[in-house]
Amino acid sequence: MYSKNVIDHYENPRNVGSLPKDDSNVGTGLVGAPECGDVMKLQVKVNPATGVIDDAKFKTFGCGSAIASSSLATEWLKGKTVDQALAIKNTDIVNELSLPPVKIHCSVLAEDAIKAAIADYKKKQTATTASAAKEAQPTA
Amino acid sequence: MAIKLPIYMDYHATTPVDPRVVEAMVPYFTEHFGNAASRNHPFGWEAEEAVEKARKQVADLIGANAKEIVFTSGATESDNLAIKGVAGMYREKGNHIITAVTEHKAVIDTCKHLEKEGYRVTYLAVKKDGLISLDELKAAITDKTILITIMAANNEIGVIQPIAEIGAIAKEKGTLFHTDAVQIVGKVPFNVNELNVHMASLSAHKMYGPKGVGALYVRRRNPRVLLAPIIDGGGHERGMRSGTLNVPGIVGFGKAAELCKQEMATEGERLRNLRDYLNDKLHKQLDELYINGSMEHRLPHNLNISFAYVEGESLLMGINDVAVSSGSACTSASLEPSYVLKALGAGDDLAHSSIRFGLGRWTTKEEVDYVADKLTSVVSRLRDMSPLYELAKEGVDLSTMVWQTEGH
Repeated sequence: MYSKNVIDHYENPRNVGSLPKDDSNVGTGLVGAPECGDVMKLQVKVNPATGVIDDAKFKTFGCGSAIASSSLATEWLKGKTVDQALAIKNTDIVNELSLPPVKIHCSVLAEDAIKAAIADYKKKQTATTASAAKEAQPTA
Repeated sequence: MAIKLPIYMDYHATTPVDPRVVEAMVPYFTEHFGNAASRNHPFGWEAEEAVEKARKQVADLIGANAKEIVFTSGATESDNLAIKGVAGMYREKGNHIITAVTEHKAVIDTCKHLEKEGYRVTYLAVKKDGLISLDELKAAITDKTILITIMAANNEIGVIQPIAEIGAIAKEKGTLFHTDAVQIVGKVPFNVNELNVHMASLSAHKMYGPKGVGALYVRRRNPRVLLAPIIDGGGHERGMRSGTLNVPGIVGFGKAAELCKQEMATEGERLRNLRDYLNDKLHKQLDELYINGSMEHRLPHNLNISFAYVEGESLLMGINDVAVSSGSACTSASLEPSYVLKALGAGDDLAHSSIRFGLGRWTTKEEVDYVADKLTSVVSRLRDMSPLYELAKEGVDLSTMVWQTEGH
């Protein structure tokens, strides 16, 4: 029923955990809903100097395929630039984990989680830059 | 004592055939292979005699007369025969049927079928404990009501409906009463006369008999219930169910019924103790467990628990050497969790987190210990990786959170 890769990620999930969500270099994506049976939290920590993802963590409420999809996503994210990360497609996850049709939504959710985490990171960066600019030119 | 893996704890789905039942059946495949409808030779007579003995055994288990037992292919057919049979026979009297939202699909889908043919069906809601409201039932009855069909015990949450009270209401209002008694018969005393039941569906494979055999109890006196057959043919089973009788299966069903009658009291007590032990042990080892359905009005061998913040299918994957079932339906195309659990109003997230345990004749204390310990370790591991558990521990109220669900 489950592929070897799904079982491996389920039994030995990579990068389970949390990064400090208030850190300006950390982007957090929380997607899905409990009533749908899947919720993924995916976080990336970006090196602001290089734009490379240094660390990635996840926590997932969902079936084995959802856990495997997010675990795989964190593995792939590490070492990628933000732009490279955005190029990860759900179909890549489907192929790597040999997900059956009924489990494709798990990979879609993982892609959404990546996009949400990076969007959160970018938003924080813009806010930081803006507030830095604000500090540089105090209004009064 | 070493335990044999995998452990079977899904006795509501089906039960193994008791070896004593198999033993009783075997000669009827080879030596006594006759057709029970062959009236003119000893092969037929032997088969007929065996069927009549089994009919008595099944009747005795539920306090019925042997003539009131109609053998079928299983409880799905029995439910269809009862509901469509009454609908067809009493069409002139009325077109209204009352059932409940937590019924088995064999009842719900039969009712839906009849709705397309112009019948009107009331689906009673259930309370948080899984039981119907008798006041709502009374209020739903009209002069067009021809049938109330309410299951005796639920297959997912094991709750036992107030069958005697429903029977009394049906009697008072002059409406027929059918009950899907598949999960209760053979486990808890069930007497059709004490309960004022007019029809009851039974299944052999839920009570240590073979698959492919069931029965419909059809009352013959006070009142005499008439059913329009749904299968036409040779007029077997008093014309209510044509088709050559499954003699070995029926013999097995009879033997299974006899054994249940003898052993029900001690077996029920033993399983209740084991079930309570499982429940206590899980509660000692884990927090945030929610029992689905009434614990008071419940089959002794059933437990249905939601392990909050953990999704059921991932839980099953972690306990793959234990056979239980989950209310989460992530594997089905619909992605809809159990409609029974949803009907309790506990929230879809808890439905997704539920596990049904069904204990049975060969469940041991060692197995219960193994299952409880295994679940504890898997639930703990999955909670450590559950964003919901983390949020809840941070004090976030998950019910008020806005979730990003677009496209899912």
